[in-house]
Amino acid sequence: MTVETETPVTLSNDEILRYSRHLIMPEVGMEGQLKLKQARVLCIGAGGLGSPLTLYLAAAGVGTLGIVDFDVVDYTNLQRQIVHGTSDVGRKKLDSAADTLQEINPNVKIEKIESRLTSANALELFRDYDIIADGTDNFPTRYLVNDACVLTGKPNVYGSIFRFEGQASVFATEEGPCYRCLYPEPPPPGLVPSCAEGGVLGILPGLVGVIQATETIKLILGSGEPLIGRLLLVDAMGMRFRELKLRKNPECPVCGPNRTVTKLIDYEQFCGIRGQEEAAPVAASDISVEEYKQRRDRGDDLFLLDVREPHEFSICNLGGYLIPLNDLPKRVNELDSSREIVVHCKLGGRSAKAADFLRKAGFTKVHNLAGGINAWAERIDPKVPKY
Amino acid sequence: MKILVPTPLRQYAGKQSAVDVPAGTVGEALNALTSAYPDLRRHLYSDEGKLRAFVNVYLNDDDVRYLQNEQTPVKDGDTLSIIPSIAGGR
Repeated sequence: MTVETETPVTLSNDEILRYSRHLIMPEVGMEGQLKLKQARVLCIGAGGLGSPLTLYLAAAGVGTLGIVDFDVVDYTNLQRQIVHGTSDVGRKKLDSAADTLQEINPNVKIEKIESRLTSANALELFRDYDIIADGTDNFPTRYLVNDACVLTGKPNVYGSIFRFEGQASVFATEEGPCYRCLYPEPPPPGLVPSCAEGGVLGILPGLVGVIQATETIKLILGSGEPLIGRLLLVDAMGMRFRELKLRKNPECPVCGPNRTVTKLIDYEQFCGIRGQEEAAPVAASDISVEEYKQRRDRGDDLFLLDVREPHEFSICNLGGYLIPLNDLPKRVNELDSSREIVVHCKLGGRSAKAADFLRKAGFTKVHNLAGGINAWAERIDPKVPKY
Repeated sequence: MKILVPTPLRQYAGKQSAVDVPAGTVGEALNALTSAYPDLRRHLYSDEGKLRAFVNVYLNDDDVRYLQNEQTPVKDGDTLSIIPSIAGGR
């Protein structure tokens, strides 16, 4: 972890004052603070987890913080991504985060890496840093970060969240297991929803990101008991923390003795290609929001079926008949197959599945509303909120 | 014994966070769970009837893969946890 340099690293008087509460405790002290100053940490993502992570690492005096991100701040981020503010909406997350972090601690060097992390750039990027902190949002990048950490010998400070539950661990140290020891294979596409689909309690990335920051600092200091070989489970609703034992899998394809993965692979393919929820591709049976409006206005008999969840219906609705997608099989008898049915959800993905299900169940006049209620809000009726 | 159902799978288990089942082994416990909630089966088992690789099952704080898998004996008071992979972070 320590870097040999020609000129010895020291703290200025301003820095000594700033880090006073670290310096007076023996677990950090001058030696530890100098380790922090010399440390180079790479944070993947400046979002929910990346916000508390980078804020605390900057405040603590980590000398160099690399941040990989290519996204732009939007309004839906502000409920949890506290490194960004309202006036940052529309700005690059990298610029917004760098400004906030430099305001907190101008001594920290921020390295902005405006790029998507890929198999082509990960190894080269990781080699320049001591520790990698994973705050990404999808399975392909999770596996990419893990494998690149194992291949470059860098610890992977892992955190992951869903609704009000989180996981944290430290993977890919020499002695400990890696992410693939825990999860050899990703779930098939569509089975596990992302934050964009499933929602997330705003404070949850705060809890988990601060745990990641804590682990990162402990690794730099070389003290305490890091979460190596342990998976910490956080349940914010029950406010329970549990710990599971992790083992290095002797059959692990990346870190085991008979490893088969010796270079980075195509992770999109490995995970069955799936990022976040996207509008489903337009199919022949789809109906556009414009066409639906036109037909409704001229009095065509169209039955509107809303397959979202009841709590989404209460945010906004188009007056459709509500049957959540998961309930459709057992409630299909509530629908009249002689009528023409238009199915909608938020973005068009779930309603495409519902339309497909109905066709297989013998409904012949079924359309999927392309782009869902968000497209309606955007192109037809601005009084309907987007969410 | 008690089976803890994680958030992503609760929608297939009658929205319950914990389910009590009578069982002598891990396999019997999971069988009792998926019999009570058939929608859960495809999330836990492959078409060939094998426990899916992305679903981790822990007896108390130990991975059943390092015990005797589904043959691992269980007793009253044990807790079985299903730990699915989650990837959210933004």
